[in-house]
Amino acid sequence: MEWRWEFAFEILPRMLWATGNTLLAAGAGYLIAVVVGLLLMLGQRTRYRLINVPVREVVEFIRSTPLLVQLFFVFFVAPQFGITLSAWTSAMITIGLHFGTYLSEVYRGALEGVPKSQWEACRALNFSTAYTYRRVVLPQALPIALPGMGNYLVGIFKDTPLLATIGVAELMHTANALGAETYRYLEPYTMVGVIFLVISLPTAMGLRRLEAAVARAQGTVQQ
Amino acid sequence: MNYWDFLVEYAPKLANGAVTTIGVMVCATILAVTISLVFGLMRLSHSTAVQVTATVYIEFFRGTSLLVQLYWIYYVLPLMGLTLSPFVSGVMALGLNFGAYGAEIVRGGIQSVPRGQWEAARALNMSAAQRMRRIIVPQTFPLILPPAANLTVELLKATALVALITVVDLMFVAKQINATTWLSAQVFGTALIMYYIMARFALTPFLRWLEVVAARKVGKA
Amino acid sequence: MDTIHPTTLPDGSPLVRFADVTKSYGDLTVLDKLNLDIAQNEMVSIIGPSGSGKTTVLRVLMTLETINDGVIYVDGEPLTHMPKGSGLEVASEKYLRQRRSKIGMVFQQFNLFPHMTALQNCVEAPMKVLGLSRDAAEARALDLLQLVGMEDKKDQHPSRLSGGQQQRVAIARALAMRPKVMLLDEVTSALDPEVIGEVLSVIRSLNSEHNLTMIMVTHQMGFAREISDRVCFFYKGKIAEQGTPDQLFGDPQNERTKQFLHAVLDAN
Repeated sequence: MEWRWEFAFEILPRMLWATGNTLLAAGAGYLIAVVVGLLLMLGQRTRYRLINVPVREVVEFIRSTPLLVQLFFVFFVAPQFGITLSAWTSAMITIGLHFGTYLSEVYRGALEGVPKSQWEACRALNFSTAYTYRRVVLPQALPIALPGMGNYLVGIFKDTPLLATIGVAELMHTANALGAETYRYLEPYTMVGVIFLVISLPTAMGLRRLEAAVARAQGTVQQ
Repeated sequence: MNYWDFLVEYAPKLANGAVTTIGVMVCATILAVTISLVFGLMRLSHSTAVQVTATVYIEFFRGTSLLVQLYWIYYVLPLMGLTLSPFVSGVMALGLNFGAYGAEIVRGGIQSVPRGQWEAARALNMSAAQRMRRIIVPQTFPLILPPAANLTVELLKATALVALITVVDLMFVAKQINATTWLSAQVFGTALIMYYIMARFALTPFLRWLEVVAARKVGKA
Repeated sequence: MDTIHPTTLPDGSPLVRFADVTKSYGDLTVLDKLNLDIAQNEMVSIIGPSGSGKTTVLRVLMTLETINDGVIYVDGEPLTHMPKGSGLEVASEKYLRQRRSKIGMVFQQFNLFPHMTALQNCVEAPMKVLGLSRDAAEARALDLLQLVGMEDKKDQHPSRLSGGQQQRVAIARALAMRPKVMLLDEVTSALDPEVIGEVLSVIRSLNSEHNLTMIMVTHQMGFAREISDRVCFFYKGKIAEQGTPDQLFGDPQNERTKQFLHAVLDAN
């Protein structure tokens, strides 16, 4: 099978539009996950066993099961309860929850990464809890959390093709459609791969630079 | 149909699918571990050519989506003359992809072995190969097992994707049953529970046990 | 190189010779045209402030680092360079491996192999590098472990041993290669005070009963004074002053030496 450049250029506009859709899905899903993760983490940190135990179990369950199965569950089960969700909405809910659990672990690790002695110093200086978090703990937790948060942003982006299976019109879905229409899969699939590389590699590099810049700004980098 | 009846009717089929899932996982793990060791060491090679090859491989497979790689191997390779069965395509995609992540873990592990071990081996006049094989690599195991354990659970979850290239695993069977009965909550719920049991109550304890054994070998337990 | 160094030393030359050795890290010169001779069976202590180059002397001799200029000779033959025609060129790894076994080193952080027992630590290199049979290697290792007083712990992993015990095993491990020169790099600096004595005992007996050639970098001034044949005071990559212990400790001539000894002895 020969690579046909004219075909590739022909389908490029549609692929690029789908890329935009993919980025939108990834971005929106990520934002939801960031917030959900925060809530889940707080839910695990509370002292009330009635809250933290169930939350912990739910987090473990979602983390240990495949995103694909969860997608299908949400998409197909909702109608059984009378709520019809669009593919897009199902996708957002599932991604938000799934990656929210990952991010809650990142947040938890970051908070635990701040040395206990910092908390003790704040107690000794009689800072309020809110002030301790705001001015001492969270600023130190942030550089620890950034690598993980960055990785999952790229991770969500790379998992968007799964959304095609429930019909979200993202990149993979469009490639499949093009392949089915024209019987040529080589160019669409290859272009999908290239587009992914072109987006995720610079993003990953940019994230590493961001982490380094934050660490430098906070003076936590060894000179 | 209540849940009990559902289970009686469909659990055997789902269980068969789960066996295939485990099969895919084990084969992919073996491939991934091999690739991780080879490319992890290549990343640390003194030869620029070797190092760059490894880096390109790792960045490529980490930077692209697993599903895209899977589709490429299953749909595009045949167009170039290489046709692989769904099972083999799935194992290959998973192995190549997770091998790339594993290589970075191996690299990190080797670099975490204290400098003094390299120097002691050098002072005793061991060759580079002896040093790697007898001193450094054995000490990397307790260091790489925790992140490797996480990666293995990820691999188990990722096996669900091979259902999309017609491998008859747990996900595939679940989709089939859903398509014929529309008992979505029961079937996908059961599938989720089965994955959960595999990950949390079989795989994770096994990996923890490996970590303990490795730590004991290095005298840390 | 500016000076032409010989490809081999005449008979009767010192066991170790540093000839105009220079070592720099970028702009920082750590060893500055160092000339140092160590005679057979001599026990030399090197003292000095941090950054003076003392540990680097040992590290380049053990070929853990390369030198930028000059040549190091061991047992009459060049170590850091190999003969090429009538001159010398930088040694290849293959050449280094032939020469390196003449030198042994004990590290400040012991660096025992944690996944091996004390005995296994001591037989590994003799078997794999020198090609001894397991029986021969074990016999040698047991002898040496007995020498350092650790034969009853031969099947223990390092994690089960105290710092002093680990260091003694490390000494046995280095001796198992039958080196001509033993390098001791601040071997008691990482130890709790109460176990320093047992390690110094071992070194003392190595020196008195076994006539080993040793170069010791140390902060233990009293010990250095007691057992050394010669003491070298290093300052900024050069030997500022050297002499017998009585000369250097009792009647230092150099201003820097005096300052250093004052500071160190005051701290005690």
